[in-house]
Amino acid sequence: MRVRIDPDKCIASGACVLAQPKVFAQDEDGIVWLLKDVPDADEEAATVEAMHACPAMVIEIDEA
Amino acid sequence: MESVVIVGFGAAGLACAEALRQAGWAGRLTILSAETEPPYDRPPLSKQYLSGEWDARKLLLAGEKRIDALGADIRWGRSAVAVDTAARVVVDDAGETHPYDGLVIAVGVQPVRIPGTDVPGMHVLRTREDADGLREALAADDGLLVVGGGFLGLEVAAGARELGKDVTVVEPLPLPLGTKLPEQVARRLVALHRAHGVEVLAGVGLSSVALDDGRLSGVVLDDGREVPARTALMAVGARPRLAWLDGSGLVVEDGIVCDDHCRAASRVWAAGDVARWQHRGLGRSIRLEHRMNATEQGRYVARDVLGLEDGPFVPTPFFWTDHFGVRVQSAGDPEPPVAAAFAEGDEGADSFLLEYRDDGRLLAGIGWNAPRSLVAVRRELSGVPA
Repeated sequence: MRVRIDPDKCIASGACVLAQPKVFAQDEDGIVWLLKDVPDADEEAATVEAMHACPAMVIEIDEA
Repeated sequence: MESVVIVGFGAAGLACAEALRQAGWAGRLTILSAETEPPYDRPPLSKQYLSGEWDARKLLLAGEKRIDALGADIRWGRSAVAVDTAARVVVDDAGETHPYDGLVIAVGVQPVRIPGTDVPGMHVLRTREDADGLREALAADDGLLVVGGGFLGLEVAAGARELGKDVTVVEPLPLPLGTKLPEQVARRLVALHRAHGVEVLAGVGLSSVALDDGRLSGVVLDDGREVPARTALMAVGARPRLAWLDGSGLVVEDGIVCDDHCRAASRVWAAGDVARWQHRGLGRSIRLEHRMNATEQGRYVARDVLGLEDGPFVPTPFFWTDHFGVRVQSAGDPEPPVAAAFAEGDEGADSFLLEYRDDGRLLAGIGWNAPRSLVAVRRELSGVPA
């Protein structure tokens, strides 16, 4: 699984960080950045949750 | 559950459809989409799309691949006109009937128009088409009059001001947004608009429109003042789309009335802006026109349709609004019964956080350029350890 984000669209809700803090983080303005773009196998389910939880559709996941 | 019909293909309808499939459900899925284009995001319509910063592609909530992956029978350009909950069928505006085992209503809201003001030059903003119309009008005009100083009206005012337009906002409340935000935030927001040159006329309503050659030339306010305008936006709120449910037996009262599982009747659910449900955490029925809720409720309803939800729908309400580079975010009870107090900064600070606490227990938090503080608020509200 590979994660891509479009920080341009981020509205700083923090929904991704609440769902999956091992993959997503926020900068000083609350904008998303990736701690890693390939989650470990046991991190994938919460990463998918984060993608769906984001209200601004910032996150895309390519299934490997 | 062999067949599900989703009426409405905005954020809530899409989230529901995706969650049904994500749960592994392989039944027959029919979606009625009133619009003829794939679902798109509405919040940017009053922001990046109106300013021209984003194109229509960037608004899309899901690409073609994700829509195809739904394996749904999508009827584009179809609205529901009736539902028979005994026979379990929905009738659309082409006369076709759609039988269901489970029905999800996610038809959203429509803008309110003050009677007698629907004239050329007076716009509303709900759909991408509306936004295109307003964009075009703004390109050909130096000014914009906004009727209604709520979130939408003020966001558009800010966007138009940033495009260099002369902007006037007319709002009957003495303090615009004073009923939706703590007064400290509402005051600061109005001051921000005025500092950027927006003329905010508060405490005064619209009386009538003036016409020249059949199109808008200005408005008359209820204190007798006249404000010239060739382009105006009517932003006085929105109402749930309910007329088609007359005679359906569903209870409607400022939304489709649902229980704490978002169920409106046997085998009928509602999600998104149109749903009024019993929020057990807040202890009352609420209806939210928030982007975040559309997704959360759509996803919850999908799981309840499939019998996968044990508990009631008790989300932490969350919304944001953007003005002149300032982001205001709110989490928690949208109408807390206590007063707000500053937890970080003060009313004049570049960044501040207001909290509503009842005997120490956090009910809601609202931040002015304080997104990271808001995440901490949401964490505390949802009981997730930091």
